[in-house]
Amino acid sequence: MLISKRARQFICQARFLFLSCGALLLCHLFSGCIRPEPPADITIINNIEPESLDPAIIVAQADMRVVEGLFDGLTRLDPKDASAIPGLAERWDISSDGTIYTFHLRTNLMWSTGEPLTSADVVYSWIRALDPKTAARYAGQLYYLKNAEEFNTGKITNAALVGVSAPDPFTVRAELKSPTAFFLDLCAFATLAVVPRQTIEKYGDHWLSARPLPVSGAYELAAWRLNDKVRLKKNPYYWDATNTQSEIIDLLPVSSPNTALNLYERGEADIVWDKELIPSELVDVLLQRPDFHSFTYLGTYFFRFNVTRKPFDDPRVRKALAMAVDKQRIVKKITRAGETTTTHLVPGGTQNYTSPEGVGYDPETARKLLAEAGYPDGKGFPRFEYLFNAASGGGKIHENIAIELQQMWRDELGITMVVRQVETQVFWGMQSRLDYSLSKSSWIGDYNDANTFLGMFVTGEGNNETGWGKPEYDSLIRAANVETDLKRREKLFQQAETILVHDEVPIVPLYFYVGINYFDTNRISGIWANLLDHHPLRSIKKTKVTP
Amino acid sequence: MSEPAQQHLSPNQHAWRRFKKNRPAVLSAWFLVLLLLAIAVWPLVLKFSGGAFAQTHNPDQLSDAQFMPPGAQHWLGTDVHGRDLFSRILFGAQISLLVGVVGTVVSLVIGVLWGAIAGYVGGRTDSFLMRIVDVLYSLPSIIFVIVLLTTLGDLLKQSHFIENSPALAGRLRVMLLFIGLGAVSWLTMARIVRGQVLSLRTRAFVEASRTLGAGAPRILFRHIIPNIFGIVITYLALTMPAIILYESFLSYLGLGVQPPMASWGTLIAEGVSQINPIRIYWWLIVFPGGVLVTTLLALNFLGDGLRDAWDVKAK
Amino acid sequence: MYFIRRILFAIPLLFAISLLAFVLMHLAPGSPFDSERKPASPEIERNLKAKYHYDEPVWKQYMRYLNDLAHGDFGVSLKYRNHTVTDIIAQGLPVSMTLGGLAFCFAMVFGLPAGFLTAARRGGWEDYAGSLLTLLTVCIPSFVIAPALVLIFAIKCHLLPVALWNSPWSMILPTVALGLYFAGKISRLMREGMLGAMQSEFITAARSKGLAENSLLLKHAVRIAILPVVTFSGPMMADLLTGSFIVENIFQIPGIGVFFVNSMSNRDHTMTMGLALLYAILVIGLNLLVDFAYTMLDPRVKYE
Repeated sequence: MLISKRARQFICQARFLFLSCGALLLCHLFSGCIRPEPPADITIINNIEPESLDPAIIVAQADMRVVEGLFDGLTRLDPKDASAIPGLAERWDISSDGTIYTFHLRTNLMWSTGEPLTSADVVYSWIRALDPKTAARYAGQLYYLKNAEEFNTGKITNAALVGVSAPDPFTVRAELKSPTAFFLDLCAFATLAVVPRQTIEKYGDHWLSARPLPVSGAYELAAWRLNDKVRLKKNPYYWDATNTQSEIIDLLPVSSPNTALNLYERGEADIVWDKELIPSELVDVLLQRPDFHSFTYLGTYFFRFNVTRKPFDDPRVRKALAMAVDKQRIVKKITRAGETTTTHLVPGGTQNYTSPEGVGYDPETARKLLAEAGYPDGKGFPRFEYLFNAASGGGKIHENIAIELQQMWRDELGITMVVRQVETQVFWGMQSRLDYSLSKSSWIGDYNDANTFLGMFVTGEGNNETGWGKPEYDSLIRAANVETDLKRREKLFQQAETILVHDEVPIVPLYFYVGINYFDTNRISGIWANLLDHHPLRSIKKTKVTP
Repeated sequence: MSEPAQQHLSPNQHAWRRFKKNRPAVLSAWFLVLLLLAIAVWPLVLKFSGGAFAQTHNPDQLSDAQFMPPGAQHWLGTDVHGRDLFSRILFGAQISLLVGVVGTVVSLVIGVLWGAIAGYVGGRTDSFLMRIVDVLYSLPSIIFVIVLLTTLGDLLKQSHFIENSPALAGRLRVMLLFIGLGAVSWLTMARIVRGQVLSLRTRAFVEASRTLGAGAPRILFRHIIPNIFGIVITYLALTMPAIILYESFLSYLGLGVQPPMASWGTLIAEGVSQINPIRIYWWLIVFPGGVLVTTLLALNFLGDGLRDAWDVKAK
Repeated sequence: MYFIRRILFAIPLLFAISLLAFVLMHLAPGSPFDSERKPASPEIERNLKAKYHYDEPVWKQYMRYLNDLAHGDFGVSLKYRNHTVTDIIAQGLPVSMTLGGLAFCFAMVFGLPAGFLTAARRGGWEDYAGSLLTLLTVCIPSFVIAPALVLIFAIKCHLLPVALWNSPWSMILPTVALGLYFAGKISRLMREGMLGAMQSEFITAARSKGLAENSLLLKHAVRIAILPVVTFSGPMMADLLTGSFIVENIFQIPGIGVFFVNSMSNRDHTMTMGLALLYAILVIGLNLLVDFAYTMLDPRVKYE
């Protein structure tokens, strides 16, 4: 099979072309992609890539830790105990009935571009978070304002009716539906942070790519490259800039706990501050070291029952399953970071609140209850599924807990649970559609108040997701939230929680999370353990330069 | 590779003799036989021995003996739940080998036929068949796998399998996994086979056969497919580990075999987190990894040996 | 002519792929807007869906997508809502291509000679040692190799960085972790090709003409032997250049490999579509190149 001369020539040329193209490509590749940058003062490993840096969009705690540095609220959280302290607002007055807050802004407020920041910006930011077009998932944090819910859900369209206004450039007036004990804490929450109006109106959804990006917080956004880093640079126009401790901070998105640990061990990162970034199989060894810090914080691991499904519509069945769980075994064997087991939902340490006891470990009574419900020794009890999601970073905690539960119920009650793992995105959908029997759950407090936990299980609340509801419970929560007397408020919450974890048991709390971060206290200062696991970037400082 | 002529031996006997001379292949065959035997016998041993022995070696039995190093009681140590690793590896072998075999067979049958037909018939048919391969090839396989596993899984749920027989549903879900993995792995096979066929079909012996009036199927099955046997075996040997490992990757997304069931892939994935600078429970990675690698090596050498022994070209 | 036709044909092909990908994605259960924290009222979720036209029928969404595509707009990522798909790909692709290119070179440089050697010394100790080694690289998954490499070379010996992508040194371990598997695969295919070629009739003919064994093997056998490798290298290139989920994850490399998996599991439809199209273009282009290379290497192959 001979080929023609022309073809051969063509092939020769083509071969040359092919080779030179390849060579060119390689040269190009080698030169690209690596850019020299000055080293950061502090490098922090911050869990997965932020979904967004827009305060109105984010929901994840890791994202909030970054955004908090960029955009300030009327109040901000104290780095030591995470209580609300003055932020953009210097001081405030609260009306005697607790429904009208008058915030007095500092007079020297400026955007990072040097333009003045006024009360109109605050009003704009809040209204924007409520605007249906923004579609902020956390808009509910503003529902305490008068007419806010109506505006957000489209029942009214006039933003002027919402209970926030700017009588003069340095005053913000917030009118609440009812007294809200934790409103000042909410003002420090990312959703309520102050964002630049002109930039947002000019660039729309891509406003964060605008350079310069006007920010109201202690840091400017110097660079944001997906899965690479977020680089923050000190904002010289910040009202409290003299107390901003570091010039440049890098936040690396790392999802693998082993990689995070390796980077830290080799000195590539100074701080790792997410409990998900500690390899769970090493947690017991690592916590012995002085640079690993664990602390309690407001997070509960629990599981839900779908009470609309038989046989879990029967409280006796739910209680029986709850009583057969040896929680001690789970924290000793699986989680191993010194978590405390719990029978109630609201974590210990929550401000102005002590929880009542719920249902404890009692296999004897569990069997009795199950028999009463019509399933002596588990006979006739249908197989049921325990739903959980594949954890990000390939973590096995949920799976391991599920397997322990499976064994406990099989041994103690003689019933068969089937472990069912699904993709994360599918999991959230199934949970909210009540397309499950039992499902793994957890909740991290948004602010330091019992309401962030107990408010979830009001009938029909979006995060309820159990199908459970009791008018009595709802009215107790409602009463507690308008109650200004702290003692009486606690009582009301306690009564509600008793219904939840003792009488009805639509959820079974297993343990409270332990917050873990690691950094060398001899080299890094400005991070304190607190209940919200909240560590403002502005106070973090390297005390000793690495040799 | 000519051998002294032997009388009264059929081609098969010839091949068998050649095979027996290939020491690595024979060794591999023995290893695989022993492994299969162990996989088959071990559950029976557990069933009939009963008592404490069965209890400690039950692959799903949790105990307080967490992270025990290999020893007299747990021969290969235990995992985080205190489950016996030896048993888990043997039970996991069922899943992994099934995944490997079913997936590979699916990819083999579709891939070889598709590629051979495209390459041999040529022209429009070739273009058409290969464009379909192109379309599927150009779709990242992860999209295909996720969609296949989740939607079919959903259909399964809507049918009444789960209520009637959850055990069967579980098994069906695993079958789905096997087929799904096979269905995304045949494309490379088809392309390679086609490439070979393209170059084979202009060879003298094929041309000769065609002039003698042989039909397409005959040429395909008598001349072409035997000639690509070698490359197919090699590629199969490469596909099998890929499929077994893909399964473990899916478990990572929550789509693989459902716990507490194990496969070698999931066992290795569990063991990988042990590779760290602080503390290494080495048995959790060494044993599952070791048995997987040894098995795959054995399959490879065996395939090689078989190919050499029966290869038409080697005669 | 044939190749021009092929290139023209790529356009309907891309259409078919986009349609298939779109339909498949929407078949899968789960929505991009589900999350752990449920919005305070169902209206918020409705707003969110309306904003991204997720409430429209699928065919209408597809039409809208095609229309945007015609204007060069790949849309906004539904997960990373401040970034456009183009933006994300533009950031990640160069990194992934660098890594993939290096791994490809690594695989070729080690795989081809290994395959040649094991075939040429068939049955000898070089064959067994080489085969064992290359098979090991195929059988040990990269999620085991990568941490093991890090442990040995970065943690214990302090020779190379543990992760990140900020210096030429940091490229070495990911390249090896990614390339080893492909090196092994190439070597196996090369070995097989060589064995086949050495038995083919025209090599036998050449041998009978008395050509010296070595030059014979080199000159003629290699040209045929490399065919399966060439076939395989098209899709392999596509896989390598679009990055690797596992390697990028373990070494914390800002490529696009992680997005292939994450966008699908996040149900980030626009991102998945963008990546599917990118991947398709790469695969089609590289396959064309492969077929072209075929005609150069094996004169017996003709396309008409």
